[in-house]
Amino acid sequence: MTTNLSVDEKKDVYGVIGKNPLRHDGTDKVTGRAQYGADIRLPGMLYGAIFRSPHAHARILSIDTSKAEAYPGVRAVVTAKDLPDVESKIAELGEGTINLRHQSNNVLARDKVLYFGHAIAGVAAINAHIAEEAAALIKVEYEVLQPVLEVRKAMQHDSPILLDDMRTDELGKKGDYPSNIAAHYQAQVGDVEKGFQDAAVIVEREFFTSMVHQGYIEPQNATAQHNPDGQITIWCSTQGAFGVREQVAEILQIPISKIRVIPMEIGGGFGGKIGVYLEPVVVLLSRKSGHRPVKMTMSRSDVLAATGPTSGSYVKVKMGADANGMIAAAQAMLAYEAGAYPGSPVGAGMGVIFAPYRIENALIDGYDVLVNKPRTAAYRAPGGTNAAFACESVIDELSEKLGMDPIDFRLLNGAKEGDRRVDGPVYERIGFLETLEAAKNSPHYRAPLGGSNCGRGVASGFWFNYGGKSSASASVNSDGTVSLLTGSVDIGGTRTSIAMQLAEGLGIPAESIRPVVADTDSVGYTEGTYGSRTTFATGWAVYEVGKQLKEKLLERAATIWETELDQIRFEHGIFLFDDKQMTFAELASRLDETGGPVVASAAVRPEQFGPTFAAHIVDVAVDPETGKVQILRYTAIQDAGKAIYPDYVESQMQGGVAQGVGWALNEEYLYDDQGRLINSSLLDYRMPVALDLPMIDTIIIEVSNPGHPYGVRGVGEVPIVPPPAALANAIYRATGVRMNRLPMNPARIVAELNQQKG
Amino acid sequence: MNKKIRVQATINGEEFEFLCEPRQSLLEVLRETLGLTGAKEGCNNGNCGACNVILDGALVNSCLVLAVEIDGCNVTTIEGIATPQGLHPLQQKFIAHAALQCGFCTPGFIVASKALLDQIPNPSENEVREWLAGNLCRCTGYDRIVRAVMDAAQSQEKTL
Amino acid sequence: MQVFDYVSAGNVKEVVGLLTSNNGRARILCGGTDLLVQLRESRRRAELLIDVKNIPELTSINYDNQIGLLLGAAASCHAICHNPSVLENYPGLVDAIHLIGGVQIQYRASVGGNLCNASPAADSIPALIVHEAGCIIVGSNGTREIPVEQFCIAPGKNVLQNGEFLLAIKVPVVKENFGAHYLRFIPRNEMDIAVVGAGASVTLDKAKQRILSARIALGAVAPTPLFVEEAGVFLAGKEINEKNIREAARIAQAAARPISDLRGTDEYRKHLCAVLTRRALEKAIERARAS
Repeated sequence: MTTNLSVDEKKDVYGVIGKNPLRHDGTDKVTGRAQYGADIRLPGMLYGAIFRSPHAHARILSIDTSKAEAYPGVRAVVTAKDLPDVESKIAELGEGTINLRHQSNNVLARDKVLYFGHAIAGVAAINAHIAEEAAALIKVEYEVLQPVLEVRKAMQHDSPILLDDMRTDELGKKGDYPSNIAAHYQAQVGDVEKGFQDAAVIVEREFFTSMVHQGYIEPQNATAQHNPDGQITIWCSTQGAFGVREQVAEILQIPISKIRVIPMEIGGGFGGKIGVYLEPVVVLLSRKSGHRPVKMTMSRSDVLAATGPTSGSYVKVKMGADANGMIAAAQAMLAYEAGAYPGSPVGAGMGVIFAPYRIENALIDGYDVLVNKPRTAAYRAPGGTNAAFACESVIDELSEKLGMDPIDFRLLNGAKEGDRRVDGPVYERIGFLETLEAAKNSPHYRAPLGGSNCGRGVASGFWFNYGGKSSASASVNSDGTVSLLTGSVDIGGTRTSIAMQLAEGLGIPAESIRPVVADTDSVGYTEGTYGSRTTFATGWAVYEVGKQLKEKLLERAATIWETELDQIRFEHGIFLFDDKQMTFAELASRLDETGGPVVASAAVRPEQFGPTFAAHIVDVAVDPETGKVQILRYTAIQDAGKAIYPDYVESQMQGGVAQGVGWALNEEYLYDDQGRLINSSLLDYRMPVALDLPMIDTIIIEVSNPGHPYGVRGVGEVPIVPPPAALANAIYRATGVRMNRLPMNPARIVAELNQQKG
Repeated sequence: MNKKIRVQATINGEEFEFLCEPRQSLLEVLRETLGLTGAKEGCNNGNCGACNVILDGALVNSCLVLAVEIDGCNVTTIEGIATPQGLHPLQQKFIAHAALQCGFCTPGFIVASKALLDQIPNPSENEVREWLAGNLCRCTGYDRIVRAVMDAAQSQEKTL
Repeated sequence: MQVFDYVSAGNVKEVVGLLTSNNGRARILCGGTDLLVQLRESRRRAELLIDVKNIPELTSINYDNQIGLLLGAAASCHAICHNPSVLENYPGLVDAIHLIGGVQIQYRASVGGNLCNASPAADSIPALIVHEAGCIIVGSNGTREIPVEQFCIAPGKNVLQNGEFLLAIKVPVVKENFGAHYLRFIPRNEMDIAVVGAGASVTLDKAKQRILSARIALGAVAPTPLFVEEAGVFLAGKEINEKNIREAARIAQAAARPISDLRGTDEYRKHLCAVLTRRALEKAIERARAS
């Protein structure tokens, strides 16, 4: 069941926006014709494989690839020796920054392996089986070192050190001894000590979460053709082709103009397909194999062992409220596992943790910590879920201690326009209170909860969203359609949500736009599909394109009607002058006689991206004997600013809930004491299946973003933020135990229940 | 590499003849030898359903079938679900209900759903969820997929 | 994937010949849902796969109300679970066989394969044990039959000697007032390996107040599927009441020797043994009473 509640007065003024046209790539994707990265087959193509470290932490003493090179059918073998030794340099990468030397060492380990599955060498052969067999013949001598696998252990002075040159960035100042703590950040406002003194109720709790993976169903893949003239073409599964071009250029020290990246259809990313893994290796293999194209696809176990995960974490939260229920003070310490190289989303976690609330006294400390696990990558609202699990559990406990309804407590303390977020920014118009009101008035929240061992939980979520750089070009076709090129990879229907914004501006149906995801040589620079930015920012780019096309078409109409430009009106796709009129298509058919083609392009970098909030309600039943949690009902409520393509806004909400449920209940990285990942399959890394979830109800709130021509706010990320906290709160109501560790799997629930019984 | 074996099979109504090594899965041969790339490799060990095909009426993971095993068999892949007259009702309903985001798991879901409707023409929500529990989707939370399958079942019933 | 040869055998004799001549380097291929994954991950090795699915007696399912049920070792889970005789007479067996994987696996996987794979967590084995099933093994010296509880000898290992293979599984006719049930615990609702599995069968007296005989077997709590004979001995002759059921569950729990692994801790498995045995018994009794 879906509901759309608009606070926006312009709700019904649109002809295209807010409707649900059939997506442009629908037929390709239901017939199997859509071309994903691994579907490529080029003449003379070789197949690649990666040799990976069996150790979580070891020095590489030597690498002997001779047997692999001599193996029949092998055409090339590469190691880190084939990579330039790039300098430490910080680069912007979607939803975070990276150090290019770390990125290079992550692609192929140079002197040390830092996690189980760390890539060491690449092989290209005439088929994938031979490549795999040859890779197994690579001999590496290691000095095996003790791994450190848990964030708080890694922070200790006597912990094994991953990077010998790592010095803690302590609030901007470099430390003077090696440490796994890459950085310590702090945000504060007011006087937290005084705030707690004024509090009538204080709750202080610790929370633990495990590493989890994005779980996209399509494994990473890349194909490269390195030409004798040095020109490189890369076909790959990426959230952003321009980002791949930059990373490959930097890692291989090649000018970007030598590289063309063609983004194939992408089988899910969720943040995990921003950084490169295979692309530089296939380029090297193509060059070394006599310029043959080389395709490489990761196995599922490689995907889990060596890509993606988001941070496991330790979060401590202390919050106090006065007797009236006003939050008096809040304090948090967040320590996030970065994996093998710095760059955990702890900064985002610090921003998210208290974001929904108006808090005058707060202090937040964040630590970015190396552990011998894969380098973490962005995962849908990176850092947000860990933080909200902690804060929203404490909020629930506070409201309970105060005897208040958990939504009322949030309404009393909820942030609105003009309030300052603890880490700095002051909110413009936001829709948190509207979201809470809708939750409170929802059929779900008003329905009675039946049955023993059942409980209902509520939690809120916040996400910053993002703007970034987007470009688009369009040309008017003589049949009245418009061809549209953007650089935004379409992961979840954005071809259409972008095309709809152009169609709206031109007064023509969404079906009259022919949207194409272009490669890096065919369209202006566009950041990746991440940060909930694509419908917002690329949508804005096509809005600008539409304005230009309209101006140019008005000029053509003026030519045809031999009148002044200001005499012509354009309404709902029709050009009007006196009693004459021409449809968009009629004018499009007369471009040749009025001066030839009409094209336009635009590039934007919008800054006012408009954060978004969510409130989730969940009912669960807990089997007190087995600890198993069944989800009975789930409702997600979220401010979309303006839902351009409502079906897909709701689908984002539902998908985020499903991932959040998996994270909450069963998903986790399991390592043995030597740091070997022991559940690197989709059998044992337990993502929700169709039988694990109910229908997921949604309520879209539309509190227009003043920073977008159509009021759009990003929608993709925030729905993963509330679920673990909502479920923890529901489990508490069902059982009386407060779970402070993710996943809240059956064994842990039984253990807590047994402890409660004594 | 060991010697290749000749296999004959009917795939999507057409006769195919190919050579393959015994170790090659049906999935690998479909994709790399026959160019039928609609079946996807998501896990290569039978846990995701992205490679689903119908083999002599049975829904199978093509990654867990050796290509040599299909000699003399009849295989339907996602490429064989639509007819010359147009999309299958399941394909239409998947688009209409927005039952896909990235689309990578979609061929497997549609093939699995086809096999379901061939067995149970009017399934309940729970029957749909149970049948599709061997197919992983990470984008949608399954809600819209289940709705699309049930709607397709109803529209098929009407046309019968 | 490692290199191997493939042959589709036409009859039992050919299989025995191939197994013997390959001296331990050949493996039987039924559904392949375990074997192909293991070969791909190099957890098992084989130089020859002998496909037995095209031998009629290997895939046949025969029921005779005097002899009982004869399941060809390569009969698919789907075929077994949709066989009217099996559904009517062995619902407790269907409970277990139906749980082996999702639909796609059901169509390929065989009960014979589930047995031969000899996983301690195999769902079908506890159910077969409580049905007093036997394994018909064929080799160069003819056939032999052993009780199913003796078939597995270690994780991934079974009693089959070089040149032997599993031909069929024989399940006796159920007695009057018999009921059986198998259930397992998994964290999700599908696509998981049992954390613990429990099978139970009972035969009741005419008045359906007393248990004449009972059998209990557990999965995933020992190196092989575990037949807890003493729990059945305890129940024999006992009145049906909660106290006796709980005591039988406690006996089963005491017999379990689980390990901690990625799917569960020993402590949690022990806990589940009692819960699942009780639930399995309750359902078995319910079925016996309804029979």
